[in-house]
Amino acid sequence: MKKNHIILLAIAAALLLVLPQYLKNYGVYLLTYWLIFVLATMGLNLTVGYAGQKSLGHGAFFGIGAYTVAILLKAGISWWIGMPLAALLCFVVGLILGFPALRVQTIYLAFATLGFNTAVWLVMRNEEWLTGGTFGINNVARPGLLGLSLDANRPYYYFVLGVTVLMALLLLGLLRSPWGKAFTALRDNPIRAESLGINIRAYTLLAFAIGAAYAGVAGALFASLVQFIEPAPFAVAASIMMYLMVVMGGPGYFFGPVLGAAMGVVVPEWMRDVPGVSEWYLPLFGAAVVVLMVWLPDGLLSLPDRIRAKRASREASAARSAAAAAAKGVKA
Amino acid sequence: MTALLKVTDLKKAYGAIQAVGGVSFEVQPGEIFGVIGPNGSGKTTLFNSMLGQITPNAGKIELKGEDVTHCGPLELSRRGVGRTFQTLQVFGKMTVRDNLIVAAQEHHGSMVSRMFAPGDSGLGTKADALIDRFRIRHVAHLKAGTLSYGQQKLVDIAMAFMSEPDLVLLDEPCAGVNPSLVGGISTLLKDLNRNPASGKKSSFVVIEHNMDFVMDLCHRIMVMVEGKVMAIGTPAEIRANKQVLDAYLGA
Repeated sequence: MKKNHIILLAIAAALLLVLPQYLKNYGVYLLTYWLIFVLATMGLNLTVGYAGQKSLGHGAFFGIGAYTVAILLKAGISWWIGMPLAALLCFVVGLILGFPALRVQTIYLAFATLGFNTAVWLVMRNEEWLTGGTFGINNVARPGLLGLSLDANRPYYYFVLGVTVLMALLLLGLLRSPWGKAFTALRDNPIRAESLGINIRAYTLLAFAIGAAYAGVAGALFASLVQFIEPAPFAVAASIMMYLMVVMGGPGYFFGPVLGAAMGVVVPEWMRDVPGVSEWYLPLFGAAVVVLMVWLPDGLLSLPDRIRAKRASREASAARSAAAAAAKGVKA
Repeated sequence: MTALLKVTDLKKAYGAIQAVGGVSFEVQPGEIFGVIGPNGSGKTTLFNSMLGQITPNAGKIELKGEDVTHCGPLELSRRGVGRTFQTLQVFGKMTVRDNLIVAAQEHHGSMVSRMFAPGDSGLGTKADALIDRFRIRHVAHLKAGTLSYGQQKLVDIAMAFMSEPDLVLLDEPCAGVNPSLVGGISTLLKDLNRNPASGKKSSFVVIEHNMDFVMDLCHRIMVMVEGKVMAIGTPAEIRANKQVLDAYLGA
């Protein structure tokens, strides 16, 4: 890791630790909300950004995670059992959703996963006996941690921060292992990958399953943050929004979701609160997305790479013209 | 001596068109075997059958005495068959070195053990040796997609050798390569054949349109015309074959 990366990380860590002490209740809540989306989109970044599987069903896994914990809590089962079960359930369902990806790709896969999201959403809305239907589930409790209460927003924020950092480190470990290269190979060129002995079936399914498990954990944290869940936040729009967050941040960049989720969660909220901007926040947000997609289609984090590539090509062409000038001098 | 690769009476038809109509040949260990023929003579169909991309209608393909007729690309790779493609097939967003490492990493351990393995799977030294051999050290740290066509071609070929395969199938290694590099590729392939990094000899099957390249590189050559074998022989024999000259070389 480069020195300025370490400095940046240290500043970010300090901010994340100290900031909540100076924020009002709503600010802390919003930061927690952001972290949960960072966690969810980190999983989607694995599926979409690293492994190249265009999934528009991530919102469904987020919902499955949230409902699993909420339903189990109602049945008197601890959050600490519910959360791993939510992750496991999402992993299994994600594995199953991976199967269409073995057959179809790109926009067709996007539509297949979108159909899955709609089906899950319909279950949440219609199966009242299980999910409470449109009335949702009330009073979802927050977990405790080693006898500490996380009911207040600030302690819950630190808890979510801890879980997110832990999950990020796990993902980083996975991506730095040979698996990371296999996922990238699958994304860049599945046919070549297979000819090199990479089991593209297994890696495709696991890209979905692991990504889904991350959404499951995020969903579990989400249910306990908002403490009331209903089907709306897990509809197709949520999947599209999460996909957008991955794309805005930079798909295949490890910290892409951190920026992407900030753009997708924090910026709109902030714009809504600024007088004069509040009436315009949706069109402004939309316009910002359009501009970003035109100028930086690979996301915000591709900017340093872009600058580096420009500089390298400028230097290379300068070297070439210098060499050409020298050659001319020899001839003359 | 058992042949490394033995193809017996291979047939593949697309509807009414018999693309490959009963082709048989053997490739011996350590041999460089060339396949030539005009466009539409069935070379690529033959190649794709050998590589598990398509299933032949009839016939048998044996590798080291084992029937591999119905093996897919994944299984063939695990059994020691490497390949290159007609068009460039590198992983554009990975560095050259990572391209080489990923080309062999799945040949060691299991998926679970690879989850905990170091990022380079312990293949760094081997990758570096190939990088030096292919003279791409100065670009080894760059993303493969940013290299020139010729450099990418070298990376592409090097990848096929990373897992120390017994058999390497090269599909037009000179396509789109400038003449000076064609000589370089020929020298490289001869050297890889004579002095394999692992000490284990590998055989090559080469499809190529560049006649000088094939004649210079290959030990034996098979000429295909309209899905059938017209002749198999040493470069000298093929050059002297009247029938081949009329059908192909004389054109």
